[in-house]
Parts: sequence; C-alpha cells; structure tokens
Amino acid sequence: MPTNGFMYPNEIELQWSVLIVLYPFLTGLVAGAFILASLERVFRVDAVKPTYRLALLTALAFLLAAPLPLQLHLGHPERSFEMYMTPHRSSAMAMFGFVYLWYLMAVLVVEIWLDYRRDIVVLAQTSKGLKRLVYRALTVGSTNISEQALAIDNRVGWIVTLIGIPSAFLLHGYVGFIFGSIKANPWWSTPLMPVVFLFSAMVSGIAAVLLLYMVLNRLRKQPIDMRCLDAVAKYLFYTFIIDFSLEMLDLIHRIYESDESFRSLDFMVHTRLFVSQVMIQILLGTVAPIVLLGVTQILQLPEIARKRIYALCGCLTLMGIFAMRWNVVIGGQLFSKSFLGYTTYKIGFATREGLLPAIALTLLPLVILWVLVKLLPPWSDAEAETFASSGG
Amino acid sequence: MNLTRRHFLVLVPAAAVAWDSVVAGTPEAAPNYKTSEHWWGMLVDIEKCIGCGSCVRACAKENNVPDGYYRTWVERYRITEMNGVESIQVDSPDGGMNGFPEVNEPGVKAFFVPKMCNHCADSPCTQVCPVGATFVSPDGVVLIDEKYCLGCRYCIQACPYGCRFLHPEKHVAQKCTLCYHRIVQGLTTACCENCPTGARQLADLKNPNDPIHEFLRHHSVQVLKPHLATGAKLFYNGLDGVVR
Repeated sequence: MPTNGFMYPNEIELQWSVLIVLYPFLTGLVAGAFILASLERVFRVDAVKPTYRLALLTALAFLLAAPLPLQLHLGHPERSFEMYMTPHRSSAMAMFGFVYLWYLMAVLVVEIWLDYRRDIVVLAQTSKGLKRLVYRALTVGSTNISEQALAIDNRVGWIVTLIGIPSAFLLHGYVGFIFGSIKANPWWSTPLMPVVFLFSAMVSGIAAVLLLYMVLNRLRKQPIDMRCLDAVAKYLFYTFIIDFSLEMLDLIHRIYESDESFRSLDFMVHTRLFVSQVMIQILLGTVAPIVLLGVTQILQLPEIARKRIYALCGCLTLMGIFAMRWNVVIGGQLFSKSFLGYTTYKIGFATREGLLPAIALTLLPLVILWVLVKLLPPWSDAEAETFASSGG
Repeated sequence: MNLTRRHFLVLVPAAAVAWDSVVAGTPEAAPNYKTSEHWWGMLVDIEKCIGCGSCVRACAKENNVPDGYYRTWVERYRITEMNGVESIQVDSPDGGMNGFPEVNEPGVKAFFVPKMCNHCADSPCTQVCPVGATFVSPDGVVLIDEKYCLGCRYCIQACPYGCRFLHPEKHVAQKCTLCYHRIVQGLTTACCENCPTGARQLADLKNPNDPIHEFLRHHSVQVLKPHLATGAKLFYNGLDGVVR
C-alpha cells in the first residue's frame, strides 16, 4: 500500500527524487574539501599539506558535477538558464545559482590556477603534442614564473582562500537554507538547517579527502604520511562532534517543543525512516565513526590499526551523510502536510530520475577527479614522475 | 407540430430560464476589465457543502485537469471523541470527484471541506519560484506562466496546502487559476457555478457591493493554517479546528 492515512491528493506523488538527495551530498563534499584545504593555506596547519591540492581538485570535480542532478530533474532543463537571466530575487534557489557561479569562477578555479601556475608553465614548456597545447591554454598567456611573480601568486592565492572560506560556508549554508526556509514543511523548516548542512558538509568533505588520499597513495604505491592522516582524522573527529551536537540539538528541541507536527514526524521516524535515519544515519553513520575516531584519539594504536579505523570511519561517514541528505529530502516528503498520513518513495532504476543515473552522477565526479589528477598532479614533481611511470 | 395553449404556457417560462442560463454563460467583452479594481478571493461555507463533487468535476472539465491530479478537491472529515481524545478520519476518494461512499456511523461528527489554491496575498509558492514564473496578479490571483516554468517543483514543496502538482505531460507546475479566463469576462468560476448549494462563492474583496463584506461582518470566518501567515483568501465559514 503506497499510502497510509490521509494525504492531500496531490501529495501522493513525491516531487523531489534521489537526484535532489545527490545534489546537497555533492555540494557538501565540495564545501568540506575546500575548508580542509583552507586549513593549510590560511590557518597554516602544515600537517595536512599533503592533502591540500588533492582537496582543491576534489572540490572542483564535485562542484562541476553538482548541478547535473538538478538539471536532469527539471521538467524543462532547456529553461534553466532563465535562472541567471531573469532571477527572482526572493527565491533562495535563484540566488543559489549566483552563489554557485561565484564559488566556482571567483574562488575555486582562481585558487587552483594560482596554485598550479608554476607547474602549468613548466609543463607547457616540457610536454609535447596535444598536452602542450592544453597546458599552454591553461597558462592563459601568463608565463612569468620568476620568484617575484610566484610570491604575488602566493599572496593573491592566500587572499582568494580567505574569501573562499566564507564563500564555501555560503555555498553549503545556502543549500541548507533552500530547505530550512520552507515554512510549509516542519521537517525542513528550522534555522538550524543551514548550520547542520554546513557542518555535515565539512564532515563529508574531510572524510572524502581522507579516503581519496589513502586510496590514491595506495594506487601510487606511495607511503601514507601518518602525521597528515592523523591530523585529518583529528579534524574529522572535532567537526563530527559539532555536527552531531547540532543534529541532537535539533532533535531534542523538536521533542521538547512537540508542536502540531511532532506526532506525525515522530511516527515517521519510528517507521518509514527508522532504517535510514536511526540505523544508518545516527548509529552507523555518526555514533560509530565518532566512537572509533575517539578511540584513536585516546589510545596509542599501531599505525596499521589507525589506517584501518580511518578508512572504515571514512566509509561510514560518507554513508551516514548520504543517509542524512536522504532523510532530509525524501523524509520531508513522506508525510502529509495535513499531518494525517504518509506516502512511499519508489525509486526507479533506468528511469530519468532513477537509481542508474544517480549512480552515474555519483561516479562522474570521480572520473572528473581522475582527469584533473592526470592533468594537474597534486603531488610534488618527484612523486608525480613515480606516479606517471607506474601508470597512475 | 401540435402545440396547445397549455403546453405553450408551460414552455415559455422554461425557455426563459434556459435563455437566462445561456446568457449567464456567455462571456462579456473583456476590455472593460481593470485588474486594479478587483481583489479576488473565495468564500466556502462548510455547512452548505454536501460533498457531491460537482465542483471537482466542473473544474476538471473546464480546465482540462489531468487524471489523478486536482486543482480542487473535497475532503470528508469524520471525528469521534472518546474520553476527551479525538480520533480523526479523513478521506477524499478521487478528490471527492464522484461523491463519497455513504457511511452510517452514529455519534460521529462528519463534514465536508472543499479545498483549492488559497490565492494567498503573501504566497510562499511565488516567493520561492526561481524565475518568477508564478506570480500574484494585480487582482490577487496566483497564476503560473507555463511558458516560463522550469519544472523545478520548489513551489509545490512550498505550498502548505498541497494545491500544486506537476503536469504529467507539460512538465510544468499547475494549480487553480480561479478560472481567471472566466472571471476577467465577468463570470464566476466553474466550481462556484456548478455548486448546487452555493457553498462556494467567488468574492471580490475590492467591490464594496460584493455580499462577501456583509458575510464577513456577521460570521466567524477562518482561513487554513493561519499561523503560517500566508495571507490566504480562501475564507471558510464553520471551519472545524481539526482541519489542516
């Protein structure tokens, strides 16, 4: 039976599918990865330096893919450009387009270009054929790599990162605002939503970079810098505690206030959302990694144990954050705004908004990242050579 | 044709009534319509609604509403109370289009609630539309420009009353237009015109001669979900507190 109780007749069909779950998940990874990168650049946390460039490229790869699920979801994707041409200023969604563009063009691309400019110029001079053309195009005619010029790059890059931090906050906070500002939906409507989205974004971004760093180093047959990994895991742990506290604050507030929607939402959490919310999001995806990371902070575990725990925590975290996006987006549509009934979400497979395109769009940023890593190796020259010779 | 005087006397008043009906359904010329002179809303008298579904059928026919979607619908509430605890049952089979199956339950409070777009003055749906495809017209009707709508469905999420849907073929948001094509011609909406008990009344809040003003003065009238401050203009007389 697809519905229980009473739904308004137009509510039975869910409007926002798994693709809309994917969209905050992907933008969250962007914001989180960028904030991790900025730790090194702005806050001078040297330990995380090995992940700096990788984090930036990860942010770019995921950012490029982030609008695609939205585009695929639209009833008229050919009209999406109107959002930039004639934006409706009171719409959070319209303004998000500009936040996205600002973040992509004014922050991320500029920062990556400045950071890689020396490498690009060198590669443009040393490589041959098509590669040479690509690198020459990437220099945009700026070939001065004197010490003075690089010092300017560094200074400007620092300023861009400084602007980038609030921009990254804005990017994902805004995604939270898109949901949090809907007063019609009590599951979404909370001022905590942008903050919860932001911290969960940081958690997911840090976890993604941690995993990518471990996987890439394994592929490259390079030793993992444990000082770096421990530092990243430590930041993951701290951010997770803030994120979990905020989510629990939201939960306790809802339970204590028990407004008119409470009984309906409470029933939903105990039935239709029990597996995805209580089991996957809270227990497996949040409590378990926090406890495991806590253990690594307290006990002096051997390197191999720490590595395994970090890898496990990274996977659990990503799963938990995906479940969180799912519970927000899908959960927010499972109950009736009459508070008298519930509907079901049936995901298609090879349909336009089905599982297959969702999987493809999840893997796409990894493909983009692979191209970016090939084009702009995020490690030092010596390491890059090893990477190239090992077939990468 | 053999027409007796008696038949003739019976037919003339019937023909006059029929002619009056034809005239009533004939659109007046639109050029005289001034948007600034109107502010439309609707009055629903719960006590008069018999749940026949005429409004739902009329709306579907007039506006070519796709099957399974509703620009207006009727809900039936059945409320029982035991030891101070209320049990609420609501149904709306096919949006109440074909009426409701009869139930005979003693001691149950039962009533019908017709629903449709509330044509909110501060409508949350128009606020969120990223391109302004949905808007409040100067005469207070919330409309959608189908040639501009992206089909993002943000407005459907933002409507607290569940009045919007995505048209399955046009892939744009749709909802009640308050039969805008009719009211600018001086006609009433299809649902109001077909309501056999006059439970639904189109109301022009800017027209001082509209009976709505007299009605509002003498009745306790309520809107749905007033705490959301949407400026809803679908006024209900005799609305029970349990209705959302």
